[in-house]
Amino acid sequence: MAEFTLPKDTSLNKRSRPVDDLIRYVLFVCASISILTTAGIIFVLGNEALNFFRSHGFIQAGNSLIQAIEPDETVIRHTTSGQTYTVGDMISFAEREGTEILLITDVPERGVLIVERGYEGTTPSFHGNGSNLFKVKNVTLVEFFTGQRWQPQIAAFGFLPLLVSTVIISVIGLLVAVPIGLGAAIYMSEYASERARSILKPTLEILAGIPTVVLGYFALTFMTPLLRAIFGVDVVQVYNMASAGIVVGFMLIPLVATVSEDALRAVPRSLREASFALGATRFETSVRVLVPSALSGILAAIILAMSRAFGETMIVAVAAGAGPMYPIDFNPFKAAETITGHIARISTGDLSYASMDYNSLFSLGLVLFVVTLALNLLSNYISARFREVYQ
Amino acid sequence: MMEDKRKTYSYVLPKREEYEQKLAARHRIGEIASRFFFAANAFALLVLFLLALNVSNSAFGLVVYTYAVEPDSLSDRPLYELSEPELVNLLVEKVPNRLRVVMRDTLSQVENRLFTTAPLREVLRGRTFDPEIADLTVNDLTPEQIALLLSDNLSQTELAAVIERQIIQPNVTRSWQLFDSLLNREQIERDVAERFPNGDLAWRSWISWDFVVSSVSSNPTFAGLRTALLGTFWVLLVTVITALPIGVGAAIYLEEYANDSWINRTIQTNIRNLAGVPSIIYGMLGLAVFVRVFEEFTSGRFLGITDTNGRTVMSAGLTLALVILPVIIVNAQEALKAVPSSLREASYGMGATKWQTVSRVVMPNAIGGIMTGLILSMSRAIGETAPLIVVGASTFIGIDPNGIFSKFTVVPIQIYQWTGRPELEFKNAAAGAILVLLITLLLMNSIAIYIRQRASVRL
Repeated sequence: MAEFTLPKDTSLNKRSRPVDDLIRYVLFVCASISILTTAGIIFVLGNEALNFFRSHGFIQAGNSLIQAIEPDETVIRHTTSGQTYTVGDMISFAEREGTEILLITDVPERGVLIVERGYEGTTPSFHGNGSNLFKVKNVTLVEFFTGQRWQPQIAAFGFLPLLVSTVIISVIGLLVAVPIGLGAAIYMSEYASERARSILKPTLEILAGIPTVVLGYFALTFMTPLLRAIFGVDVVQVYNMASAGIVVGFMLIPLVATVSEDALRAVPRSLREASFALGATRFETSVRVLVPSALSGILAAIILAMSRAFGETMIVAVAAGAGPMYPIDFNPFKAAETITGHIARISTGDLSYASMDYNSLFSLGLVLFVVTLALNLLSNYISARFREVYQ
Repeated sequence: MMEDKRKTYSYVLPKREEYEQKLAARHRIGEIASRFFFAANAFALLVLFLLALNVSNSAFGLVVYTYAVEPDSLSDRPLYELSEPELVNLLVEKVPNRLRVVMRDTLSQVENRLFTTAPLREVLRGRTFDPEIADLTVNDLTPEQIALLLSDNLSQTELAAVIERQIIQPNVTRSWQLFDSLLNREQIERDVAERFPNGDLAWRSWISWDFVVSSVSSNPTFAGLRTALLGTFWVLLVTVITALPIGVGAAIYLEEYANDSWINRTIQTNIRNLAGVPSIIYGMLGLAVFVRVFEEFTSGRFLGITDTNGRTVMSAGLTLALVILPVIIVNAQEALKAVPSSLREASYGMGATKWQTVSRVVMPNAIGGIMTGLILSMSRAIGETAPLIVVGASTFIGIDPNGIFSKFTVVPIQIYQWTGRPELEFKNAAAGAILVLLITLLLMNSIAIYIRQRASVRL
């Protein structure tokens, strides 16, 4: 018989295990990197966007100094071509942040300005004869949310055109994805045999796994020519929102289908059987019993799809057009850049950190982040809050 | 007496005829609906099918080659049938003044700017050459000497390839799509005879071994994917090395260690939300943090590398690591959850500590699921384009990336750029690149499915 003697100093109290504790801390750090990422995103986007809203837009005024000014001089004489000025306008002599900004306090006659030097905390400096004048304007939240034109290089900071095209493309995408995705979900959960399901489900997974740049190629080289053939080449532009939107819809089908199917399958069997027992057909059972029962899950899927469509980049970058629309036009057959498409195009290549473009990108990124996060949270909330609980 | 509050319903059964009509109508609707539901499902298949057709349509087809030098004017036999001396003679006779360029592109071991000034011992280091010319420079050589060097160092096939590329310079002047090529062959032939009398009509597959191993080029005829493939490889390497340990570590913490405190719940919720953040946002994070703030590190300047800024493989890899981290964590958590708790309890019962249990009992049983998750997240990373555009993949690089501090481009970005070019031939090249990308993804997913099935058999 085996014998086992406990060592003399055996204590059954908890022993300190420094290595185990260390491992635990290391693992915790790994987990908290996700928090760090979120904090990083919020800080970076917030900080750079704040910089953007503190910065200035510069517009070439089309006239120049006809006599040099010393740092303490307050009378400016300029050529009378180009823009005119009114009291309260701000001007500068260079197109970058940090340059001296001058506030116009009086305009005695055309070509002469009385100014306050070193406005907004800038340092007055010497400006030579012939220096070009720029009108300076502040970037404001009001303009950002109501302006009808987005073109940071010429100090137009209204992001509505980008938002409108994003919404149009998302809506087209949802119009395609929701009926088809939902139909597919109902078929898979209610009609298909296990065997059919084992073929259909991987098909959706493959579609979900296609890189979006490939779908962008598909939109440009298949969907666009198709639309042009149907509606006429005069109606449909080479780059257009409709073809990008439809293909975004294709991308969303697997998402809508799988999430809705999960919701449908979670409805207990007893409800189906009760419905059949009352004489309902399979279709009536699906539409009148199962879909309402799984509605929270289905809604959550749709909202999730909306968020995905909002943040989708490559399809729109390839197929929707290069340049924000101006003026705002709701025609889906026209080219228009979305928020994401704009970010992608502007940041292609070596983007200078000091440029207006760089700063403005982060304000767009912040909007994108806030909207998608809100949609995701809403989706989670709906699926948790309105879930029908069955025993 | 209590009043009976239950409602009473009166219901008259419909007449038999009426009932049967209604029933038939209901069944008809059901039938139509079931067709629609099936069609909805088949639609996904249709999209995949159309996508495959569309890409193949561009990736194969007829093309017209035109030449800088007519191949027939060089020799009356095909190049590949000529012997080595004949090929060298051809070079000396027909294009004596291009020989140096040929030598630079095939034999030179030094940078292009040093090629004409460096002594030949350096230019030709490791090649076969006459020791007498070791101290001379390229400019001192006669065409015959260069030709001799070429024939000493290159095989017959290599020589023929050099002649084709450097001298003949075939160029795809026009390309047709696959269906066009198959259906309108005669018309295309007539067109070609009329518009490109010197051109050769030939079939071309835009995806080929040459395509995979050639570097980028401004000429779509020779454009290849090597630079982008190497870029993808290096970026993915950085991504996996950083994301795998962190992701698995986080999953172990959340599944095995974390109690139900607010901080752990926050982490869990946060991971779920991060999975829904558009990937382009990660690109902006990467641009601001990895490219700018940590430039000293991501450019490799702290190691003395000076020719790059922060827009390197390193920044891109770290950014992608953040993108796929939630995917890896969630998959690894699923894999850990699937390990039955009886195994853990048995291990504790044997007196094992927490870490011993995790590392020797739980992990070996969860490894299949974790690997599947890793491969799935890698296949997501391979196709990811937007964040890398923002982080600053180079638009055109001629040098292969050779480490984690190189400038880079990746396959999807190459596709994006080729797709955006106005020349139709670049769209063909993009289709070729898409096929390469899709085949890679298909292979990776097959491996994942294989691992998943093997793991599920064992447990």
